[in-house]
Amino acid sequence: MMAAASDSLAQPVDLREPTGWRRSKNQIMTILMWLAFVIVLIPLGFVLVTLVAKGAAAISWQFLTNSTIPPNVLPLGTGGMGAAVVGTLEVTGFASLIAIPLGVLGAVYLNEYGGNRILAQLISFMSNVMTGVPSIVMGLFIYIIWVTHFGYSGLAGSFALACLMLPIVIRSSYEMLRLVPDSLRQGSYALGASKARVTLTIVLPAALSGIVSGALLAVARAAGETAPVLFTMLTVEQTNSNLFSGPNTTLPFQIFMNAQSAYVGANARAWGAALTLVAITFILMIAARIITSLFTRNTR
Amino acid sequence: MEEQQDQLNVQQDQEVLPKLAVPDTAPRDKFNGTAIFDVQNTSIYYGSFRAVTDVSLTVYENEITAFIGPSGCGKTTVLRSLNRMNDLITGARLEGDIHYRGVNLYGKDVSPIAVRRRIGMVFQKANPFPKSIYDNIAYGPRINGIRNKGRLDEIVERSLKQAALWDEVKDRLNKSGLGLSGGQAQRLCIARTLAVEPDVVLMDEPCSALDPIATGRIEDLMQEIKSRYTIVIVTHNMQQATRVSDRTAFYSVLRDEKSDTRTGVLVEYGSTAQIFGDPQDSRTQAYVTGRMG
Repeated sequence: MMAAASDSLAQPVDLREPTGWRRSKNQIMTILMWLAFVIVLIPLGFVLVTLVAKGAAAISWQFLTNSTIPPNVLPLGTGGMGAAVVGTLEVTGFASLIAIPLGVLGAVYLNEYGGNRILAQLISFMSNVMTGVPSIVMGLFIYIIWVTHFGYSGLAGSFALACLMLPIVIRSSYEMLRLVPDSLRQGSYALGASKARVTLTIVLPAALSGIVSGALLAVARAAGETAPVLFTMLTVEQTNSNLFSGPNTTLPFQIFMNAQSAYVGANARAWGAALTLVAITFILMIAARIITSLFTRNTR
Repeated sequence: MEEQQDQLNVQQDQEVLPKLAVPDTAPRDKFNGTAIFDVQNTSIYYGSFRAVTDVSLTVYENEITAFIGPSGCGKTTVLRSLNRMNDLITGARLEGDIHYRGVNLYGKDVSPIAVRRRIGMVFQKANPFPKSIYDNIAYGPRINGIRNKGRLDEIVERSLKQAALWDEVKDRLNKSGLGLSGGQAQRLCIARTLAVEPDVVLMDEPCSALDPIATGRIEDLMQEIKSRYTIVIVTHNMQQATRVSDRTAFYSVLRDEKSDTRTGVLVEYGSTAQIFGDPQDSRTQAYVTGRMG
């Protein structure tokens, strides 16, 4: 023992990174990681650059607000996408109004109240299954149970989008609620809080920013859907600000219709509508982030 | 080597000893203070697992009662049964009875919420809420319906002063409670508990994650507040028990040879001076002299 100790004192300790295969492995993996990062960036960057390059020319105040969607043959500069912008905001907004509260409450039930009850397991299972249902099926479903009785309307579109959003909101909120440490709940219970109060004043605020992220993901997903809208809202050429009656239209649907067309003007309008849709989603994300950060100033 | 061998022998003896299945709680010294908790023949189960068996003890007003014992002896389980925190664990079940100021704590029309408003708890790991320091303290009073800003300000200041934290945080009451150091966070949790003016404060190893200086502060704090509150503390640190407590309960693990199951038992309960100076049970003696556990 003593001999070994004095030996190591005699010559300086080698703390350099070991050479050979181990170091090479480290370098190879680091390079692969960077490569993966760059590869992921390529499609993202490409989409964004193409959108701006092809769509920016179409964007003007008239394009965003003019309430008449022109026939495909007309060149860029006549009419605008106002009808689709209004429709998208209305329909997605109302769908969020239905799906987000329901989804968050469902997740609260699953995580805080349900435990191992049959009902909780059933809801959890069903929401998992619903996540995998194609959006066109949701559209068809609403078409059969609503549109065939009450006709096409923005409301029907909202219902279809809400069906689509609900499982996403439930899943993401549930995961966020699960991350709230139990020690916080216990601390609150130990002060004499009821279960409802623990949930409202401790658990939900602690999970808020994550819940908002999940909800936004659902909103963005719904705002970009074409198929459910096709079945439930038909389309219009004039702004229909009445959500509850008459056909309506959204940006994704206009992208779909205009991009298919052989006319240059229509194609330009499709790119413009695509850029508008991305911009709306982007603004929404930033606004929600700012609002959430105001509410959660002291949570970290 | 020989000493080690001796220790092993002693430990083996301890394994055999538990044939004294009845906890030896006989030598209780006389005391005529008010009994806060009267625990009688209480066993606590988690599902089919019996965590503690047949505990009987009395906790007196304005005293600090320490629960000591090796890991797994059920001292925390007993502590958590005193404000019905065990109710939150699915499958937890209690036999026997616990009276709090003469009322059966597990009686039919007793609300655990009402119980916990009078009997607060400080946890092993500081658990400040992700809110501002002010909101952490005001949380309990707000639950009790206090909305008046002036009243709340007053309570926050008083509680933080009682917990010896006021001077350190008075300029940043609106900053997050998560930004405090370990010792400060634990004192914040104590202040939060005191803010609802409980009758009893239960402490579950409140200093186990703290350095000696922070520990010393919390121990001083306990001495200062004990004239107004009754404190029950679980601790792994025997020096801490001798420093702060008036009365000590020593728990141990009883192993059933046949079924190979373990359960906690109360071995001995008495004044701290007696438990550490003149233990009546050989297991207590082995533990307090550092030969076991």
